[in-house]
Amino acid sequence: MILDGKSPKGPIETSWDRHRFDMKLVNPANKRKYKVLVVGTGLAGASAAASLGELGYNVDSFCYQDSPRRAHSIAAQGGINAAKNYPNDGDSIYRLFYDTIKGGDFRAREADVWRLAQVSNNIIDQCVAQGVPFARDYAGYLDTRSFGGAQVSRTFYARGQTGQQLLLGAYSALSRQIKAGTVKLFPRCEMLDLVVVDGEAKGITVRDLITGEIRCHAGDAVVLASGGYVNVFYLSTNAMGCSVTATWRAHKKGALFANPCYTQIHPTCIPQTGEHQSKLTLMSESLRNDGRCWVPKKKEDIGKPPSQVPEDDRDYYLERKYPSFGNLAPRDIASRAAKEQCDDGRGVGPGGRGVYLDFAGSIGRLGEHTIRERYGNLFDMYERITAENGYKVPMRIYPAPHYCMGGLWVDYNCESNLRGLFVLGEANFSVHGANRLGASALMQGLADGYFVIPYTIANYLAGITPGKVTADNPEFRKSAEEVHAGTRKLLSINGKRTVNDFHRSLGKIMWNNVGMARSEQSLKEALKEIPALREEFWQNVKVTGSGAELNQQLENAGRVADFLEFAELLARDALNRNESCGGHFRVEYQMPDGEARRDDENFCYAAAWEFKGVDKEPELHKEPLVFENIHLAVRSYK
Amino acid sequence: MSEHKGMNLKLHVWRQKGPDAPGRLEVYDAKNVSPDQSFLEMLDQVNEELIRSDKEPIVFDHDCREGICGSCSQVINGVPHGGQERTTVCQLHMRTFKDGDAIFIEPWRARAFPIIKDLVVDRSALDRIIQSGGYNSCHTGGVPDGNALLIPKPDADYAMDAAECIGCGACVAACPNGSAMLFTSAKVAQLALLPQGKAEAATRVCAMTETMQKEGFGNCSNHYECQAACPKGISVKFIAKLNREYQKALFK
Repeated sequence: MILDGKSPKGPIETSWDRHRFDMKLVNPANKRKYKVLVVGTGLAGASAAASLGELGYNVDSFCYQDSPRRAHSIAAQGGINAAKNYPNDGDSIYRLFYDTIKGGDFRAREADVWRLAQVSNNIIDQCVAQGVPFARDYAGYLDTRSFGGAQVSRTFYARGQTGQQLLLGAYSALSRQIKAGTVKLFPRCEMLDLVVVDGEAKGITVRDLITGEIRCHAGDAVVLASGGYVNVFYLSTNAMGCSVTATWRAHKKGALFANPCYTQIHPTCIPQTGEHQSKLTLMSESLRNDGRCWVPKKKEDIGKPPSQVPEDDRDYYLERKYPSFGNLAPRDIASRAAKEQCDDGRGVGPGGRGVYLDFAGSIGRLGEHTIRERYGNLFDMYERITAENGYKVPMRIYPAPHYCMGGLWVDYNCESNLRGLFVLGEANFSVHGANRLGASALMQGLADGYFVIPYTIANYLAGITPGKVTADNPEFRKSAEEVHAGTRKLLSINGKRTVNDFHRSLGKIMWNNVGMARSEQSLKEALKEIPALREEFWQNVKVTGSGAELNQQLENAGRVADFLEFAELLARDALNRNESCGGHFRVEYQMPDGEARRDDENFCYAAAWEFKGVDKEPELHKEPLVFENIHLAVRSYK
Repeated sequence: MSEHKGMNLKLHVWRQKGPDAPGRLEVYDAKNVSPDQSFLEMLDQVNEELIRSDKEPIVFDHDCREGICGSCSQVINGVPHGGQERTTVCQLHMRTFKDGDAIFIEPWRARAFPIIKDLVVDRSALDRIIQSGGYNSCHTGGVPDGNALLIPKPDADYAMDAAECIGCGACVAACPNGSAMLFTSAKVAQLALLPQGKAEAATRVCAMTETMQKEGFGNCSNHYECQAACPKGISVKFIAKLNREYQKALFK
């Protein structure tokens, strides 16, 4: 099947405006008759639920956390991009569009990215009106800073907590609608199934995490904004509760999953200290502006304190391998290079999984004061976690998974192939192609929620009769029974290994074989190991307690069970894509200098997979990507 | 790169089946704990042991584990978040303890935060305070350009100092009166200072204060325990601002 992304025809500059006019509207008096279920309360989910509630729709909002304010968007540090061109440095909607397409290594749909760039400016205005305390200059104007992948200063920020402030803005808008009665909030509820009636999404089945009650909610449309899946690697920068469960269960009900192999690994994270580690913490990559990456040349120097390794015995590998970019090589290259050094047995710190990021040179040149002014908060955070003073000894860093560009397939309306199912934010695959630029995740989440879904969902709702499907429909009973059965099964196995133990094993398989550098051989290995581990899980997992209470082991068991299925699809997609692009790097396909070698002739498409059964091969559907405005070119930042 | 030996600790953990069930401190051994482990990773390890020996693991709230989501909520040795300055439980590391230590772990205790199970409490009262007025009532779309109203840098910085609140509720747990004044004042102050929030300043402060009282939070009697416990260092000066805004609203 060739998929249609439904991009508007004609000049791209007016594509969204024309499309908005072409779409149907719902009469204001009729809006309250439609029930919309929104899953997730991060930037995309909270902004969508608030905006739809305000328009007059009857919205139910679900999150697994105890409060919508805790969704993981809160942890984003850097900033949010917008094409305001306040600094008069040459920015424009077209340039943001161009940078995003190029940054994504030409694997995203042009029209979607154009729209994102177009509404980016509205987002900043919206957040300012909400009271988001963005950084200001001394004259009182909004301040911006530069970020990777762009030559203009277009990133708006609120100290190192931009994600927190934007999420609290969306949360406040959501709270206002809850008070107004247009949105009903269901915290501590986890979506465990999508209910599909006659090919259209008409409800969800959730588990109340406090009482254990399995409950069905019927609606006229379902909006998934449930975030990303990089916890498939076990250790990542995601929150502990982030999972693929909502999107995976929708996938099992017929929604296509697109480009799961596009995962982003961030180079500057604090390394793992041992098996006990539960997550990894990211530090802004701006540190590489003044820090130099190195490892000892000789293996016998590995255990020595770094100060005792003479200058000549240090390998400043990024400067050696990429003399023009040096320590500022792009994220993917820097990440892979660090892994290579460690694979070669020259990594430092616990487990040999780390490289030095040394500020001694910069401190000598600029003084400790300057370095403290630039990065003080990061040095503090580093010290809190490692008990090491980065001013005195080199920091140790290692790459970690932190974002996924892949997700459920959606068309230009953010609607999946299942009618009535809309997917927003990191949960969809739409705008970042094979690689996301810094400060663009926040932009996408809020664009989808505030400015896209309010228009596109109306186009769907206007064509259906509200309340036609109710929770009496047999599909709901079937769904609830399936969820019950799944829970009972997990509790009945009573094996020997804990859920965490399985998750850790899965993470090792994924990190070693499907991580930063993938090969046909490693992927085939993963495709052997994952099903074996899954089989063992269903025979040997141990989940204590009952289903009728707050049971965190049971929650986690469901999530890990889904990761064990999804991991296989991720590996399969990576094996299918015989090219390197963005976050997907196949060692067989690289330029002599180590850059990714794309194959536009054969792989200029979005790979959308259809579920055929747990142990069956999924079916691949392709959506060809057409570039009419930006010429396909080799991505180079040299 | 610490070369410490593993520590052995004695944990006294509050276990409570449900909101109405009686609770008690149970004793557990945490063996061979690495100083590089975070406090929650130490609990993970204890839980793994409990599961293997067919016992119910300790239930606690947690999510981002990087000190920003505000989920984690434990009173450690009598101090919310454990007493390390500007640090949430999830960022507290075991190197601040020593071999042989006894550690007491309890949930947030406040009238407005009923216990759900073990260390998990219901903090939805904080959400209801925000719902009663912790926002600017702007519509999606149809707002002026972000630079239309200039905001002096000191005001933006002041608003940001207040906005850093993560809503964990440690201030309530630390307060002898179980007051949510620090939490409420942070939001009131942030929005009252910004020009976009001024229009609703009076109705906001009244509504939020009223909800705070209705939810069963106590009043502030200047102990300043909240500021000491706050992992984001939110200052009690915002409570003064709240009081000022409230007075202004009353005489309006």
